[in-house]
Amino acid sequence: MIELEVVNLKKYFPVQKSFLERIFSRRIEYVQAVNNISFKVNKGEVFGLVGESGCGKTTTGRLITRLIEPTEGKIFFKEKEVTFLQGEELRKFRKAVQIIFQNPYASLNPRMKIGYSVGHPLEIHRIATGERKKKIVLEMLEKVGLEPADNFYNAYPYELSGGQRQRAAIARAMILNPELVVADEPISMIDVSLRAKILELMLKLKDEKNLTYVFITHDLAVAKYISNWIGIMYLGEIVEVGRKEEIFSNPQHPYTKALLSAIPVPDPARRRKDLTLKGEVSSSINPPSGCRFHPRCSFATDKCQISKPPLRLVGKDHKAACHLC
Amino acid sequence: MQNLLIIENLEVHYYTRAGTIKAVDRVSLSIKKGETLGLIGESGSGKSTLGLSILKLVPLPGRIVGGKLLFNGKDLVKLDNKHMRKFRGRRISMVFQDPMTSLNPLMRIGEHLIETIKTHKKVTQKEAEERMALLLNEVGIPFERSKDYPHQFSGGMRQRVGIALAIALNPDLLIADEFTSSLDVIVQFQILNLMKKLKTSYQMGMILISHDISLVAEIADKIALMYAGQIVEFAQAKVFFEKHLHPYSEGLLNSVPNIQLSDQKLSYIPGMPPDLTHPPRGCRFHPRCPYATDICREKEPPLIEVETEHMVKCFRYELRK
Repeated sequence: MIELEVVNLKKYFPVQKSFLERIFSRRIEYVQAVNNISFKVNKGEVFGLVGESGCGKTTTGRLITRLIEPTEGKIFFKEKEVTFLQGEELRKFRKAVQIIFQNPYASLNPRMKIGYSVGHPLEIHRIATGERKKKIVLEMLEKVGLEPADNFYNAYPYELSGGQRQRAAIARAMILNPELVVADEPISMIDVSLRAKILELMLKLKDEKNLTYVFITHDLAVAKYISNWIGIMYLGEIVEVGRKEEIFSNPQHPYTKALLSAIPVPDPARRRKDLTLKGEVSSSINPPSGCRFHPRCSFATDKCQISKPPLRLVGKDHKAACHLC
Repeated sequence: MQNLLIIENLEVHYYTRAGTIKAVDRVSLSIKKGETLGLIGESGSGKSTLGLSILKLVPLPGRIVGGKLLFNGKDLVKLDNKHMRKFRGRRISMVFQDPMTSLNPLMRIGEHLIETIKTHKKVTQKEAEERMALLLNEVGIPFERSKDYPHQFSGGMRQRVGIALAIALNPDLLIADEFTSSLDVIVQFQILNLMKKLKTSYQMGMILISHDISLVAEIADKIALMYAGQIVEFAQAKVFFEKHLHPYSEGLLNSVPNIQLSDQKLSYIPGMPPDLTHPPRGCRFHPRCPYATDICREKEPPLIEVETEHMVKCFRYELRK
């Protein structure tokens, strides 16, 4: 069953200009943060959205959760369009779709006790107040491993370590029993020895509640560990998407291949040779014509400079956007 | 090979209002000429402080309170600032994590290099410019861009400038603190390859400080793992990854996802790193260690040399010796 579907989603941000530039130039420039992406996420699965910084993965997460409005395109949740929901309907949607942010030092209000932050969604959605709310919050804190829950209920964020804060943020996202959770780099600010613990917690909660995750990360190794499906983004576009096993055993897009070969491996016996990929990511204000990856691609032909390759089937449950695949 | 730097029982403390933080606690290490040491540890393990203390750049309220830093036989700890300056940049240099904050935003890239060269060496403007062109070429920056300002450079290119500055005076030892942490994987890999190239062509000793074990595995000859201000294991890179002995090394390596493995089972280390104002009694790792016994809770284990060039700070290996 398809839990989430995104169709031709676009988000362009206007570029801020100085006063003089605004007077003398009529042209408004846009950062093409997300450009025409489409993907589906099955219920109970983890969709890993992977890419380098600036590729639009976070913007995609914010679009899905309706924190920002898309420029174009449609978002379907449980086969119902949610792109333009307003008022009461939007509130219901937000109860079912939650987000975990990257930085647990910024996502918790420093002046609110953990118990208040975690329980606040229950009040907003008029589910529980008072003693009943406290009971639900304490149970949730225990579930995410913040024990003894009573102590953490009355603690302020500064009293917690990064890992504990992220657990509190996870508790807050989970307290409404959501169906879809967008996790935006949830472990990148956490100490290495504690990362696996957060991943394990997220997988445990997923299995218990049959949750669906969109897991945003820059780290392919983490994506490989947690995801069922992987989407690789480059300059606002999805260049390859497919089942995890397919992507890792049979990568098709030159960018995916480059990305895979650039990942360091904790094994000195497997040191790698030089990589074919040169240069750095192009600007998303004036992206390259045709295939956006062509200036860095060692296989690029004339066709790649002119026409944009569509995302098409290259195998079972596996799509890539490349003229040469 | 000759030892380039020998660190003996180095102690660096931060005197804060909350108490004394023993950020580097009796650390001993040595680096040979042309050797690359990977210094790894989690945040707060004291690895950055150790790196800064080699250049005697520990910020206040931090101070080196004990131990020796023998660089080519000369103890740097005893040197005053004036004499220390002869070593900084010229003999020992540093690449910082974020080159944006270490470059002057009002100076062109080329000027940065020329200034560094002219400050330390008696050369003419022309000679300095020639050296600058050579350095830019070495780190892969086109010469035309020497007239650009730092803000016109991307993160990866800025880090190349940082590296060019660090090697400008042909140092014997290069310390790089999290030099690729702010970069994306592909750029990170490019910079890593650049470092590998320089390592062979310049025959520099290098200390790479990082939290990323996988990254260090790519380049280091030896690995030193820090925990709570102390070195817990030190070994040849190959030995460290294949035959590590310390429970912390084991826990850390098992918690890192490896892209080469399918169906990997990740584990984690319970608990969290200790508060260094009140470190645990005995072995600092014992509250998180699955093998901890009574002696670990009471006494601090010595750093035992289990084999040549393989040291581990754990009681479990005392008998084996």
